Amino acid sequence: MPGLAREVTGSRGLLMGNEAIARGALEAGVQFAAGYPGTPSSEIVENLAGAAKETGIYVEWSVNEKVATEAAAAASLAGLRALAAMKTAGLNVALDFLAHLGYSGLGKHGGGLVVVVCDDPEGHSSGDEADSRWVAKSMSVPLLEPGSPQEALDMTKWAFELSEGSNCFCFVRSYTRLSHASGPVTLGEVPEVERKAHFDTTQTISPYLAKPHHASLLQRLAKVGELFESSPFNWYTGPENPELLIVCSGSGGSYSLEAIGSLNLGQSVGVLKLGTLWPFPKGLVEKHLARTSRVLIVEEVDPFIEIHVKETAFESPMVPKSLRIYGKGSGHIPSVGELTPDLVLKALSTLFGLEYCAREPDYEQKAHGAATQMLIDRGLTWCPGCPHRASFWSLKKAMQKDGRGGFLTGDIGCYTLDVYPAGNQQTKALHAMGSGVGLATGFGKLNQFGSKQPVIAVCGDSTFYHASIPALLNAVHNRSNMMMVLLDNAATAMTGFQPHPGTAFDAVGNAAPVIDAEKLCQGIGCKVVVSDPFDIKGTTEKLLQLLKEDGVRVLILRRKCELVRMREERRYPYKVWVDGEKCRGDKCGYCTKVFKCPGLPWDMETGKAQIQQAVCSGCGVCVDICPFGAIAREEPA
Amino acid sequence: MAIQEDPMNLVISGVGGQGNILLSRLIGRSLVKKGYFVSIGETFGAAQRGGAVMSNVRVSEHMPLGPLIPEGKAHIILGLEPLETLRVLVKYGNPKVVTITNSQPLFPVDVLSRKAQYPDYEALKQTIRGLSQSAWFIDATAMGLGLGAPIVANVIMLGALIGIDLLPLTKGDIEAEIKASFPPDRAELNLKAFNMGTDSVG
Repeated sequence: MPGLAREVTGSRGLLMGNEAIARGALEAGVQFAAGYPGTPSSEIVENLAGAAKETGIYVEWSVNEKVATEAAAAASLAGLRALAAMKTAGLNVALDFLAHLGYSGLGKHGGGLVVVVCDDPEGHSSGDEADSRWVAKSMSVPLLEPGSPQEALDMTKWAFELSEGSNCFCFVRSYTRLSHASGPVTLGEVPEVERKAHFDTTQTISPYLAKPHHASLLQRLAKVGELFESSPFNWYTGPENPELLIVCSGSGGSYSLEAIGSLNLGQSVGVLKLGTLWPFPKGLVEKHLARTSRVLIVEEVDPFIEIHVKETAFESPMVPKSLRIYGKGSGHIPSVGELTPDLVLKALSTLFGLEYCAREPDYEQKAHGAATQMLIDRGLTWCPGCPHRASFWSLKKAMQKDGRGGFLTGDIGCYTLDVYPAGNQQTKALHAMGSGVGLATGFGKLNQFGSKQPVIAVCGDSTFYHASIPALLNAVHNRSNMMMVLLDNAATAMTGFQPHPGTAFDAVGNAAPVIDAEKLCQGIGCKVVVSDPFDIKGTTEKLLQLLKEDGVRVLILRRKCELVRMREERRYPYKVWVDGEKCRGDKCGYCTKVFKCPGLPWDMETGKAQIQQAVCSGCGVCVDICPFGAIAREEPA
Repeated sequence: MAIQEDPMNLVISGVGGQGNILLSRLIGRSLVKKGYFVSIGETFGAAQRGGAVMSNVRVSEHMPLGPLIPEGKAHIILGLEPLETLRVLVKYGNPKVVTITNSQPLFPVDVLSRKAQYPDYEALKQTIRGLSQSAWFIDATAMGLGLGAPIVANVIMLGALIGIDLLPLTKGDIEAEIKASFPPDRAELNLKAFNMGTDSVG
């Protein structure tokens, strides 16, 4: 949101969860923020970057999450309040540092350090639906989980105080239905911050020796636990002795309240909504468990609250042994996928023996019939004009011609879509940022065990800087036999075109030095060739040639992301059309079946290919893939 | 202005890149200015990559709500693409739901590669009508192409939504929000598109 820092104190705005987190940090006087983009977390740093110039704070997109966290921690060690933000997958990258930062603490004059991590239940845009709350537990550091944009603001703000008070960084856990939900938020004041950065060199901040540091961390955490027992971020609403108690966190709060209303269970069911999740507020929970005979746990992803409620009940002399606890363990709430209001409605109605029908049975039947007869899936696909469609086309061609059973190892970015129906399914192993190159270094060493298959790692430009460089160094040093194709589209495209070390501007839009990937690869001893992916013939030939060679070879396929190009140029490079005379129609169909561009659908009436003008981006690549020259292009006058 | 139901649930559905989120934000901000509690849940994931996209917009006079609409509880569905209207309708529809659909199909990848067939348009329209209390079909993409910018089809659809007068918002409320959200040259084009939309249901 432009002008997030300018919004007036006391006013009520409509803020997205991520905007509220950013505003909360500003209201806490954050001075340094860093992150690496990743859905659903990206808008936190984006919004702070948008406020950087007017507030004088420093904001960067770091090369990866570990460096982001280290950079933010440095500011904290020098006395400033600092924030790092990332998605769950990115937290994995930052863990090595964070695991030791908990032990070392933040020093004598440490500023509050808040690490915001955004989970993606349902894996809407992630390769996992991991629950980051376990990380806080395993590291013994505090974790807060807001349930609404208002709480996101308030808790983020408080997290800085908690961090300073406990001399430990503090997690704020968000998730898709908070980060990408908007709601009413009442704003507080953004203060003028006077803190100056100074690192006190009379101290050394380190986790060594581990044992006393571990003990100190547990003591600090215990103090946080005392605060959590009476925190207003844990609230209860409902009858004094509810027939059933819902214990929930995050989105579970609003879903539960709505379900209770819909089922008219207000007299029977109470809701204990927890916001301070680690350390777990056992005393508070115990008090509530003693007042009921049945409990339903409602939370996103793993049974985190659930096992701690069970532990609390087991240890407590106040809680009757007959207490029944329902949730993921009992199967009343599914163990996979995100929480929805419907799941809570279903669980509650089952537990009360109620029939809940969202709508009349005949409408339900009609809707079901329509869905079965007519609905088809809409899978993700590369945009019209995307360089990746052309790149993977050439990769497929070259590997077919090479004929030795070669394959691609990939990673995370728009090019991940190769494994989807929209792609060419040439990518055969795909896991995490930079892992395509890492896997290829290993596959490239298998010749001595009889493998003759060539391996090509594909990685995007942002991913190259993020995590591929160490793997490439490894390949060179250990004489792996592999190729890397760097799909350089000049942006972190998948998450919204954020800059990276290869772009000429930084997070706040200032000019920035460019790290030249080509020279970098040459500098470490790779053979480097560059091609334009839209030159399908030239690219395929270069690939074929490189496939014949040994050692570590790099092909950079360089063309700007089409969405970025269109924004900048606001014009179509070509007018493209299908020549109905030349198109072989159903005898061929090669373009639609194999190239699969949204701008080039099949015309069922004429039985020929056609250009859909409202969709076509005018890249003209399809002209070069039609075997019969039936697609034509012309530069606009 | 009072709302007919509390909460009032609106679903905006479409395909990545069509501008769902812009619409939910324009509507949401206008409603907040009028004192309503508004909650929006966006389902977009890798939105710009051609997948199905959905915004849940919930309006109440009394209390803030969760970001997701329970199944079967939509009052209005604004579909930026016909198949996406149907997708949302079968899940969130009910006999009282009003639908407004951009009649221009966008083909899913399985249709492009001819592994699946896009439903017959007339049959699709009939099915949407059969599941709606009233159903509007607007050729917003063609109207946008007429303005030289198919991208504004979403704002034309927003115009149609405001034109049918089920939300407690006036034309002027949205026009003010458009002016505040775009630089002047883009605002002019979007205002033109918005007015084309309101006229299309007038």
